[in-house]
Amino acid sequence: MASLITCPHCGPRPKEEFSIRSDASLTRPAPDADAETWHAYVYLRDNSRGRHREYWHHAAGCRRWLVVERDTQTHVVHSVTDAADATRTRGAA
Amino acid sequence: MTPFRLPAGGRIDRSHKIGFSFDGRAYYGHAGDTLASALLANGVSLMARSFKYHRPRGPVTAGASEPNALVTIGTGGRTEPNTRATVAELYEGLDAVSQNRWPSLSFDIGSVNSLLSPVLGAGFYYKTFMWPAAFWEKVYEPLIRKAAGLGRATYEADPDSYEKCWAHCDLLVIGGGAAGLSAAVTAARAGARVIVADEQAEMGGWLLSESGVIDGTLAATVLAGLLFELEGHPNVTLLSRSTVFGWYDDGVFGAVERVQKHVPRIDANRPVERLWRIAARHAILATGAEERPLVFGGNDIPGVMTASAMRTWLTRYGVAAGKNPAIFANDDSAYALAADLEAAGMAVAAIVDPRADGGRDWTGRAEVLRGAVVTDAHGGKAVEAISVRVNGTLRKIAADALAMAGGFSPVIHLSCHRGAKPVWSEEKAAFLAPSGLDGLTVAGGAAALRGLGAVMADGAAKAASVLAAIGFAGTPAFASAPEEGGAAKPLWSVPGTKGKAFVDYQNDVHTKDLGLAVREGYGHVELAKRYTTNGMATDQGKLGNVNAIGILAEARGVSPAEVGTTTFRPFYTPVSFGALAGTSRGKHFQPVRQSPLHGWAKRNGATFVETGLWYRSAWFPRAGETTWRESVDREVTTTRSAAGLCDVSTLGKIEITGRDAATFLDRVYCNGFAKLPVGKARYGLMLREDGFIYDDGTTSRLEENRYFMTTTTAYAAGVMAHLEFCAQALWPELDVRFASVTDEWAQMAIAGPKSREILSAIVDADLSDAAMPFLGAKTVTLGGGAIEARLFRISFSGELAYELAVPAGYGEAVADAIMEAGRVHGICAYGVEALAVMRIEKGHVTHNEINGTVVPADLGFGRMVSATKADFIGRAMLAREGLTDLDRPRLVGVKPVDPKDGFRTGSHILAEGAEATLENDQGYVSSSCYSPSLGHTIGLALVKRGPERLGERVQIWNSLRGEFTMGVLTSPVFIDPDNARLHG
Repeated sequence: MASLITCPHCGPRPKEEFSIRSDASLTRPAPDADAETWHAYVYLRDNSRGRHREYWHHAAGCRRWLVVERDTQTHVVHSVTDAADATRTRGAA
Repeated sequence: MTPFRLPAGGRIDRSHKIGFSFDGRAYYGHAGDTLASALLANGVSLMARSFKYHRPRGPVTAGASEPNALVTIGTGGRTEPNTRATVAELYEGLDAVSQNRWPSLSFDIGSVNSLLSPVLGAGFYYKTFMWPAAFWEKVYEPLIRKAAGLGRATYEADPDSYEKCWAHCDLLVIGGGAAGLSAAVTAARAGARVIVADEQAEMGGWLLSESGVIDGTLAATVLAGLLFELEGHPNVTLLSRSTVFGWYDDGVFGAVERVQKHVPRIDANRPVERLWRIAARHAILATGAEERPLVFGGNDIPGVMTASAMRTWLTRYGVAAGKNPAIFANDDSAYALAADLEAAGMAVAAIVDPRADGGRDWTGRAEVLRGAVVTDAHGGKAVEAISVRVNGTLRKIAADALAMAGGFSPVIHLSCHRGAKPVWSEEKAAFLAPSGLDGLTVAGGAAALRGLGAVMADGAAKAASVLAAIGFAGTPAFASAPEEGGAAKPLWSVPGTKGKAFVDYQNDVHTKDLGLAVREGYGHVELAKRYTTNGMATDQGKLGNVNAIGILAEARGVSPAEVGTTTFRPFYTPVSFGALAGTSRGKHFQPVRQSPLHGWAKRNGATFVETGLWYRSAWFPRAGETTWRESVDREVTTTRSAAGLCDVSTLGKIEITGRDAATFLDRVYCNGFAKLPVGKARYGLMLREDGFIYDDGTTSRLEENRYFMTTTTAYAAGVMAHLEFCAQALWPELDVRFASVTDEWAQMAIAGPKSREILSAIVDADLSDAAMPFLGAKTVTLGGGAIEARLFRISFSGELAYELAVPAGYGEAVADAIMEAGRVHGICAYGVEALAVMRIEKGHVTHNEINGTVVPADLGFGRMVSATKADFIGRAMLAREGLTDLDRPRLVGVKPVDPKDGFRTGSHILAEGAEATLENDQGYVSSSCYSPSLGHTIGLALVKRGPERLGERVQIWNSLRGEFTMGVLTSPVFIDPDNARLHG
């Protein structure tokens, strides 16, 4: 686990200021998506080794949700982006 | 002069005498002494008993890796067990006692364990306590627990304070010895922000013990020059008495600074220890090297020590470890010790060098026995003689101390804290730090370099290249210098010894234990550790591990590279719980949240209850009331017959604004909010994405694009984070913003048939039912326009009721004014207990029911769930067949058949006559109370097909208490089912 997270709004901050929610690689399905898709979104998670995208909330900072891409094996943080930007980018892609 | 203190020399202040005690006896030492050096100066070399065999032990090192000389320092709440006497600075009045002995250190009954050693070998735990099985819990385990551990912790509270802090720097130098200080000077001159942390009271590392010269200048003079320069650089922070104990991700290091562990009187305004977290752009590990003991019989007798320890006692503290010491030298560095000893006027009994060509440059008086080994040291509580095998014959030599020079192991622990493994170097005969570390460079002795000149040059050169990498122009402060001497071929253990040859002193692991582990199939380094306990306990094998690996390698016939090391983990040396806890203790462990009406509640005699961090008023006892129930019953009755005022400020309050606020609320609540008119409040249910209810509360529309949401007290923070997640991560296209305003408003519920009349005296607006109907929500003024407030006509009690929110600072004054206005109407203050009773009477749910297992239909809210909205959180998963099953436990009321009977929350519901089995379980009581309005116990329950079974008799069963109560299932609404009071 990283010791410092470089928040795009606040700069490098100790990890204790953040709380972690879940896998950020998942996209919330369309409301009318089939049951299987919803089941996978709500319940199924990869326990990946290597690069992993995760939602981190700067709860004791700017209160923005961030997408932290980190390596679960080496603990290297590859990128930290604002979750809204990440969602917009994904929507555009 | 104490008997073993030399007449001159050392860095101690001989003009400053310091009195201290050990095992109740008074001694004195000098400023600059450690407890160990002062005891040795007094001729006390027996300082401890070993863990298993209770063997007499003295210091084998002069520093942080000391496994033997562990003592308890301090008294009362300041008692600190297992303190290394070799690092404990002496101070006036220091009170130390020895450990693990009874009745005394010199006469210890436990030493009979030595006679039992044939059955106490490696793995004896696993072999000895197997039978009879019943003995384990009653006999063996208590015995083992009694025998385990060395010092005893105190039960008294620590009277001192601790603190934590962060620091940031360009370069962190770990270890203020020759390499570290030359690196620091190089970086300081380049203008980098530098922190130098060193575990000792004085910076200098081996420079403090070295009597020789570096490039023509005395080591002590070089040191003074380095420190003088560093102290003059404003960009340098020198942290002495500070151990860097761990390397964590992203260049963050943990260090503990012992601020007041060396002072006779502790200043209560300062911490005794300070925990640092240091974020460094780069770090230089300059922790030097640890001299290895040699493994031969009796190598643990007090007086046997590493050569560098003996030299440190001599040159740094002016203490003679013995009058005629011998030296067992498998490394050329031992000859410098021999020269120092002779220069101090001591007769060196012999230099025993296993190498055929060792010590070629020796010009001193002492005899050198080449190709020889010490097979055994002899003596009880002190060394008396040694047996030397030379040319195949044994020779006994009288000596009262013995120095061991087994070669050096770089102190590389921190370099492996992030998972990398050390690498064995045959050339250096040592485990080296892994290469390619991100943000950490190893320099000097820690990089297996020999000789102070070479070490200083390395520190400077490494610093210069690190500086270049992080954007500074640095020039090495010292020119390169050649290494002095090389590593000898390690001598892992001496064959043919008589006595026990110890490898891990602290755990009493000797060579035979390791051999046994290999023979019994536990030769893997990690298995051998567990089987023999080698490398465990407070020193974690700092001194013995490399020898153990060498011995395992020999026994297995492989290279130490193949054996490998056990895992290095923080902490490098023990860290006190006090330092880790910092200020988070006692009242500072967690903050106390007080409502803006706390003072008002206190003045009204409230009894408070902790709810998370909040202190909520639970009930308001009056004179003559002896139980909480009496107070609660009165509060309920008064509120239902006249009026009551309750503090509801702890509910979460979130202000939601933005063009898309309505759309957003429609997506986070399962019921509709977009069509909620301005000036109205609505009860809302928030689901989780899996369809279960997350939280509930009322949300009011204050303006077209401004809503005021309330949450439950417990979920206030969670709901806020949830809303932010939905807005930012799920639907960033929506224009919506949130502000947590929980602390901005004092909010009070005014309930009861007289509430309108009372409030009318305070609120300027018309409160008639037409102007302020049920679920009305508006901004009003109080006291003729004095205060702006928000008024909601909502009711948790089921009575005609309002909630009034005023700016927090006005809360107490407004509550006082309402109580004053209500006095003639008989108003009372009521607490959360009465609130709970009234909500159960009315059938309102809380998190007792919304417990993560219920969906809206379970609580009778099925029709609230919007069938028209295209999307909201939880909509898709709520449609699963298991969640629409009518057989699910659903909300129902329950009451006893006989009004005199009671029952408790948590009791299970069984069909009449059914046996109490898991299969027959039909649900459980989620809330219950005594209802003063009805005169008997009532409850809410989640029961299979509950709403279809009203009137059915059931058993209410509490297996913990063995209680059976006959009950009847009823509507969950016990009072005013047609809402006549509510709309009154």
